[in-house]
Amino acid sequence: MITIQACLDGLLLGILFALIAYGMALQWGVMNIINIAQGDLVILGGYIAYFMYLYGIHPAWGVIVSPIIMYFVGIAIYKLVINKVVDRDLFISILATFGISILFMQLMNFAFGADVVLANSGYGTTMLFDNNVVLPNSKIFSAFISIVFAICLVVYMKRSKLGRAIRATAQNARAAKILGVDTEKVYAATFGINAALCGVAGALISITFTIHPYMGLPYTIRSFMIVIVAGLGNLPGVAMSGMGLGIFEEFADYILGTEFRIGSVFLLLVLILVYRRFKLSRKREYLK
Amino acid sequence: MNKNSWILYIGILVFGLVAPFIFPAFKVQLSILCVLIVLATTWNIQGGEMGYNTFGNILFYGLGMYLCASVQVGMFFPLAEWTESGGEKTFVHTPSQFFQGMAAGLVVAAVVPTIVAGLIGYAILGLRGHYFAICTLGLGVAAGEISGGIEIIGAGQGFTTPPFPNIGGLEARGEFFYFLSFGALVLTFIAVRAIYTTRFRLILNAIRDNEDKAEAMGIETMKYKITGWMISAFFCGLAGGIMGGLVGYIDSTDVAFDGREMGVFMVLMAILGGKGTLWGPIIGATLFHFFKEGFWTFFLGWQYVALGVLIVVIVIYFPEGLMGWLREKYPERFGEVVDEADRKAQVELK
Repeated sequence: MITIQACLDGLLLGILFALIAYGMALQWGVMNIINIAQGDLVILGGYIAYFMYLYGIHPAWGVIVSPIIMYFVGIAIYKLVINKVVDRDLFISILATFGISILFMQLMNFAFGADVVLANSGYGTTMLFDNNVVLPNSKIFSAFISIVFAICLVVYMKRSKLGRAIRATAQNARAAKILGVDTEKVYAATFGINAALCGVAGALISITFTIHPYMGLPYTIRSFMIVIVAGLGNLPGVAMSGMGLGIFEEFADYILGTEFRIGSVFLLLVLILVYRRFKLSRKREYLK
Repeated sequence: MNKNSWILYIGILVFGLVAPFIFPAFKVQLSILCVLIVLATTWNIQGGEMGYNTFGNILFYGLGMYLCASVQVGMFFPLAEWTESGGEKTFVHTPSQFFQGMAAGLVVAAVVPTIVAGLIGYAILGLRGHYFAICTLGLGVAAGEISGGIEIIGAGQGFTTPPFPNIGGLEARGEFFYFLSFGALVLTFIAVRAIYTTRFRLILNAIRDNEDKAEAMGIETMKYKITGWMISAFFCGLAGGIMGGLVGYIDSTDVAFDGREMGVFMVLMAILGGKGTLWGPIIGATLFHFFKEGFWTFFLGWQYVALGVLIVVIVIYFPEGLMGWLREKYPERFGEVVDEADRKAQVELK
């Protein structure tokens, strides 16, 4: 029974991770930057939902409000910092976003305090298999909302004009520029959409789990891991590896103990990278 | 080596030797500065010379810290009982035990990370660019999280290192740790300077500039990359061991495997001074230490905000660092032959 419990928990959690990873893949593919502050954007989105909860609004509305606010936060970050690192070395973007991450962490710590908080949605739980498996309804809700947002985004990317411009820029920024795409605007919009996705995920996390100003980095690492396993621009792969990671984490939590949970995630990242490196080095290639 | 640089080196050495007596109030700060310079200089071997930007040198630093303290305690007393008793000391080191333990601890703290670097280096130095950076970042954080779950080295509650024996009080403690860290700094400087005059540095630069071509020229790049990392690990471990004794308390994520602070600091110091130069990291570390202490004093509470802004500003506006800027301005001073016509043509192109 515990196996089923862990699997289901992991699946629902993994869908949420996949949503964050999708944002990561989007900006990586389009702008060629790696955003270490991804996790901090998620946590900031979570705090927006938490504050709505504090002021008596049901936190589920955060799923609508948080991405709208986070979109503008994302645009602001882009205008201030990211547009200066877009066409530079990837390591510069890693370090610069690391700086943003430290900044956000500390500002959130001042603004919201260093307590672990959660927004209580009051959704109750669902019992399965003769009450042996307990699933909080909030988790099911969050997985459902994540899927809805992911589908909306995919359709938007396929159909809309901006989506087409984003995909064109991802393929070849120079050619897109020649053909009249304002790449600067596309980059800003991409970063904004990524931040909005983080906002949705954050609001869902604040309902289902807990948020804390310093919890950002694990989310960044998870989404990075999902992206390198799935590859850029491979959406089913992102969803699958997200769920796989969720299940892995639940089992690591159960077998090794909660104190090793985050450590095992980071170790898994190292192992995956090392595995891929040895696999590629047989063909005398390396991860690009 | 010409006459001027000899005078410079001897001047710095003399200053280093008398500094704790001229500025007795800043002994601890000066020791920390020495450790920071060691870390920045060794990071530069990877990030600057070899082009492998690592966040993972913190792994060796933290490992050295834990190993030094564990050996120092474990040589004379049961380690588990020591960490369990926490702050209330049931065992006391005699002066000779303390110094013997420290000496043995530092040797272990330097040697074991070197071996670890050799082992994991084979696995992860095959990654390149940002994959390497993120992988080492993960390694550092994973080490912090995992060591925070191991009971025998104090788990979450931390590990108190043996207190300095009761001879000469606080003054003697400060001087002991200052000279220890200054010794480590001198050792590191001599070693790195010696390395930088050999073919080894050229090979590292070749790897940085184009690894595939370096390989095609018949250089076994993996061998040199691992050697470079092992050299870094040796000095990082040593610095960690000293820092553990200096701070007096080891926490898994806040002191030892502090990827958010020390792990980024060493990158930042090297970049601030200028990567790929001998003096850059040293100047960068000194400047950074002043900045940092200023932040910690004047913006108390806001220091991390200031730090985050500083990181962003340095990375975006000074990616070449101080030495890079000077080099651009006065290329003749760096022994570069400047073709005036070429330079003018480049200015016009800009």
